[in-house]
Amino acid sequence: MTEMILAVKNLTASIDDTPILKGVNLEVKAGEIHAIMGRNGSGKSTFSKVLAGHPAYEVTGGEVIYQGENLLEKEAEERAIAGIFLAFQYPLEIPGVSNLDFLRVAYNARRKHQGLAEMDPFDFEDLVAEKLDLVKMDASFLERSVNEGFSGGEKKRNEILQMALLEPTLAILDETDSGLDIDALKTVAHGVNQLTNPNNACIAITHYQRLLDYIIPDYVHVMQDGEIVTSGGKELALELESRGYDYFNK
Amino acid sequence: MSATVKTLVNQPYKYGFVTDIEADTIERGLNEDIIRIISAKKNEPEFMLQFRLKAYGQWLKMKEPSWAHVTYPPIDYQDIIYYCAPKQKKEQLNSLEEVDPTLLATFEKLGIPLSEQKRLGNVAVDAIFDSVSIATTFKEKLAEDGVIFCSISEALQEHPELVQKYLGTVVPVGDNYFAALNSAVFSDGSFVFIPQGVKCPMELSTYFRINNGETGQFERTLIIAEEGAEVSYLEGCTAPMYDSNQLHAAVVELVALDNAQIKYSTVQNWYAGDHLGKGGIYNFVTKRGLCKGINSKISWTQVETGSAITWKYPSCVLVGDNSVGEFYSIALTNNMQQADTGTKMIHIGKNTRSRIISKGISAGKSQNSYRGLVKIGPKAVGAKNYSQCDSMLIGDNAAANTFPYIQVDNQTGKVEHEASTSKIGEDRLFYLAQRGISEEDAVSMLVSGFCKDVLNELPMEFAAEADKLLSLKLEGTVG
Repeated sequence: MTEMILAVKNLTASIDDTPILKGVNLEVKAGEIHAIMGRNGSGKSTFSKVLAGHPAYEVTGGEVIYQGENLLEKEAEERAIAGIFLAFQYPLEIPGVSNLDFLRVAYNARRKHQGLAEMDPFDFEDLVAEKLDLVKMDASFLERSVNEGFSGGEKKRNEILQMALLEPTLAILDETDSGLDIDALKTVAHGVNQLTNPNNACIAITHYQRLLDYIIPDYVHVMQDGEIVTSGGKELALELESRGYDYFNK
Repeated sequence: MSATVKTLVNQPYKYGFVTDIEADTIERGLNEDIIRIISAKKNEPEFMLQFRLKAYGQWLKMKEPSWAHVTYPPIDYQDIIYYCAPKQKKEQLNSLEEVDPTLLATFEKLGIPLSEQKRLGNVAVDAIFDSVSIATTFKEKLAEDGVIFCSISEALQEHPELVQKYLGTVVPVGDNYFAALNSAVFSDGSFVFIPQGVKCPMELSTYFRINNGETGQFERTLIIAEEGAEVSYLEGCTAPMYDSNQLHAAVVELVALDNAQIKYSTVQNWYAGDHLGKGGIYNFVTKRGLCKGINSKISWTQVETGSAITWKYPSCVLVGDNSVGEFYSIALTNNMQQADTGTKMIHIGKNTRSRIISKGISAGKSQNSYRGLVKIGPKAVGAKNYSQCDSMLIGDNAAANTFPYIQVDNQTGKVEHEASTSKIGEDRLFYLAQRGISEEDAVSMLVSGFCKDVLNELPMEFAAEADKLLSLKLEGTVG
């Protein structure tokens, strides 16, 4: 039997007392790639932030079971070290902190959780060097401050680099394709494809079908007004592309 | 922020203990007799007494400044003890071994072991306890290069001509209220003289300790770098936790002759008062460097984390052509602390350059102001200044202000000013949390990143210490 990684039941959530998620249901098993599509404001990004534990959102109902445990009881940082990774739509800049130091601290936080010794800076540099190729990043990126002055594409590649290092069990890509030209999109998608395997899972949130040409989903879900209104196989994305979101209105 | 800013929890102040030692204390209050007593206790030459009396005369005519963005109840200057020295068994100490073990233990506890075997090999220390210098390490070794490093009291005995030549030339006795007070009653401080062409072979540092709860500390530091000389100097400060406030009004004067370089770094961690603002040091300090010679350079680096109130503007007067002034500052305030700090860069000579990098971090309900003056005089042809003032707010109750004053009196001067305010906001913390980084680590990462440009300016062994101190001071500020 394939391991259930994530089970979301009737999840409702709001921000500043405004309900955004109105009963989301989703099951994700190991080895699966799920795409969640929907318009701006449909609740897709909120869903990803709620899963990752953003403190601004209040969960008002439902449950989320991650690898057999109640995810909603955990702080954002605990969810991260338990293997949930969110690739941000707008990765944040951290002036004065080198990308390398940032990656090492994040990597070691995970290792500590796994009961492993922290990796020293020299070994870590070797490890990062291997991963850089995956996202076609130059070593000079490591010396720059985290995301500061990075182009949109560079920021997204940096997210995938972090994903490669942290080896998440559940990766959530929040509009990772937005703002990317086709070459950058291919690079990012290639990176993600290299990282998916039968033991982990991925949720890709996107507006557009084009990402799904490169990251082939097992399931496609359409989100509207805070709910998943339709689910299907990868062909659903194409249907959506030709018929438009209105066709799926409740 | 969504109810996430926790009540501020201050890290217990590690240096808040009191040393129980018998002290030679004079009666409280200030008048001419007190000044004569201080001068007599120190067996000073006549010029010094006259200097003090002149300063006192000016101070009496002056008013306490009120323009700084700080508030505090009136200070009763007659309620302060102006001289307090720990009693030692011998009047004249010939070596470190003769220093009272209680005092040695105090400095050891502060992480400043005075025995030379235990010291870092490349740092000489002058240790000042309340009103007097306890010991200066590596004096003989430095003397081999002609470097004089001793307490100012000792300099007045051994090198009165040097003191007389330079004291008060950078900060005149009547410069400002607190400088005048200091000039009248200063009790000790450090004296550094680097002769022509000598690069000081080790870092010099002074450690200031206020112990007595009713004493003011008025130290006076004078550093002279002759032609082509170079020196790097660092001061550190701590005090016990008292419910009352203690006044610390220091004056530091630096003189750099032709091609000389002075780097002056401060890590200030005076007791800041408790989370309600009770107690703590009033740190009212005048620091000024004179780039007297051509191509000379004076660089101030300060990490200000303590004190209930900080009022301090380390400045450079750029007289020599092509001289350079620098000011790198981190001012961190938490709880009820108030800081009004910055610099003055006075360009007088041709092609003089100055650079100001100020990083203010305010947490809790603190007030943190940058106040800086850049003045380019009529003869300062080709002078240039670059200023960058960044503020970081932690939580919703702290305040940051920037008061830049710019005055350019010639056509060729060039002044650039950049400023920014950022917040350790929820989104950045969430980003780091999402990468598994704990909140404490996230805050210290954001803060040290923010301060990196300044931390890089500190001598290496102190940079790490200062970085740690910043994290410590911010523990529990977000949650």
